[in-house]
This record gives sequence, C-alpha cells and structure tokens, in this order.
Amino acid sequence: MSLGDAGDGLRVRPYAITGGRTRAATEVPIEAIVYRTPKGEKAVASMSMERRQILDLLSSPQSAAEISGRLRLPLGVARVVVGDLVDEGFVALNTRSATGRPDLRLLERVLDGLQAL
Amino acid sequence: MASKPSDMVVTSDDDTGGGAGPMPVKIVVAGGFAVGKTTFIGSISEIEPLTTEAALTKVSEGVDDTSKVSTKTSTTVAMDFGRITLGEDLILYLFGTPGQDRFWFMWDELVRGAIGAVVLIDTRRLEECFPAVDYFEENQIPFVVGMNCFDGQATHSPDDVREALAVSPDTPVLLIDARERVSTRDTLLELVQHALVRATA
Repeated sequence: MSLGDAGDGLRVRPYAITGGRTRAATEVPIEAIVYRTPKGEKAVASMSMERRQILDLLSSPQSAAEISGRLRLPLGVARVVVGDLVDEGFVALNTRSATGRPDLRLLERVLDGLQAL
Repeated sequence: MASKPSDMVVTSDDDTGGGAGPMPVKIVVAGGFAVGKTTFIGSISEIEPLTTEAALTKVSEGVDDTSKVSTKTSTTVAMDFGRITLGEDLILYLFGTPGQDRFWFMWDELVRGAIGAVVLIDTRRLEECFPAVDYFEENQIPFVVGMNCFDGQATHSPDDVREALAVSPDTPVLLIDARERVSTRDTLLELVQHALVRATA
C-alpha cells in the first residue's frame, strides 16, 4: 500500500497546518532520516511555525517519527510538512525502505554494530 | 534526490546539520497488550521511547439515514519507538506496533524495508500474539519469538511454545527479560542473524 491511502489522519483538525492536505508530493517513510540542506541551514530564521520548529529540531538529523514525537505533531502532519520542505530543497531524506529488505552487507553492519554495544 | 542505495556507505559530516544524515534501518516489535514492547524498546534505546501518533477518522456504520449529521469518530494510533546509533552513518529504529490488529495498514508501513520483527509473548496469554505471527509469516518477514519472563522464571519451554505457535522449526524462540539491556541486545542479534540466514538461503 502507499502512504496515506488508508487515511492516516484524514480530515482531522491538525490538518489545518497542512492546508487540508494529507500527503505531500514527496513520500516520507516513518523512519526516513531528515537532515537540513545548506539552503535549509540559512533559511531557519526566516521560517515560521511548524516549519521553523522542524528545521530547528534538525540541528541534528532525525527521523520523521522523531519529528512527530518530539514536536507532538501527528505523524501525518509531520510528513506533509517535511515533504514540502524536501520539495522546496530545505531538507533532504535518507531512506531505504523502498528498496526492500536490507541486503547482506547492511545486515552484517547491523550485526557488528549490535555486537559492539 | 537524497535517497541512496542501501549498500552505499554514507559519510556524514560530524558537524551538526548540513551534512548527509545517517541511513536508517528498523526492526518491528510486536505482541499483545502490555506484553512489554515499550519496556523492551526502552531497555536499549539511547533516547527515552517516544510516541508518534497517527490519527484515523472513520465514519461510524449503521448511521440513521434520516439524520444528516455524520458521525465521524477519530481514533488515534499510538506507536512507541526508540533509537540505537550503530555508527555515525547507521541508526537502528525499534518500532512498537499499534495495539489493535485493525491497524494493519500501519503494520504494512512499519515492515516495509524492515530487517524483521520481534514478537513478544506472555505465555499466560499466548493467543494474543497469533495475529502478529500470522502477519509476519504471510508477509515473509523474518521474526523471532521472545518469551518475556516477567518474574525471571520460564513457565514453559521454548519448544512447547514453538509447538503451540506452530512456527517453523528454524524460527528462534527465546527466553528473554525485556527489562534487561543485554537480553534485548541478544534478542536483536538473534533476529539479525536469522534475517542473514534467510537472506542467504
């Protein structure tokens, strides 16, 4: 299934923030790591409301889930705002969920990382 | 576009912001109500487990047709999650599944691209994990079963539980203590090893 088509958050008040939209042009997986671009770095002070809160929070890269959890924004709202920021070049995403299961090399890196904990 | 192939090593600038961020990987933590999902996540997460809420609106069924007032109700699905930094370019997220089975659409997203799942069980309420086990089997998601021993004592053997769940013989069934970091880490290790075996099979 694709994001949003089962209605995560349709027609709920917080969507005033997003102009009523429940999805942005850019899909933002829940675990996608969001980070500021150089353009985003410069733009923080000129942003308002949720966009500024998000860019402020991204002084260190965070997942979409963390943005939602820390700013207490419904996940759907956080995704739309982040998706817009991606489209406008203020932030970028690292995500691999569309590429299927992690490959062997990535699994081995996770294994090594966990063993080192 | 910022998405990169999964096996590409992303080098991130160590200064905050501006550089390419780390790559995320995720593991799903499932199981019945109050079985210890958030405890499990919190025992190893480097952050206090956070909650993300997805809001749902559904129109109630059986509305009186003569009434023009729609009775939309909104429900919130809450998911707890934690994070473990595995290197400067790799972060593991642990996502607890929403409690009720009717939120399958959320599971679909959680498992997409995931390493696999940990199904936590309380042997006194074994049936509560059946939907999760069915879901992961049907969707061919690698999973391990963790028997959460609340009082430090196992009331059943892993073999009994494997038989009761009718999971395949190669599915790891482990005795765990969700409160203990080492136990949680070992459970995650078991899952990743299981996923590796499955990926090479």
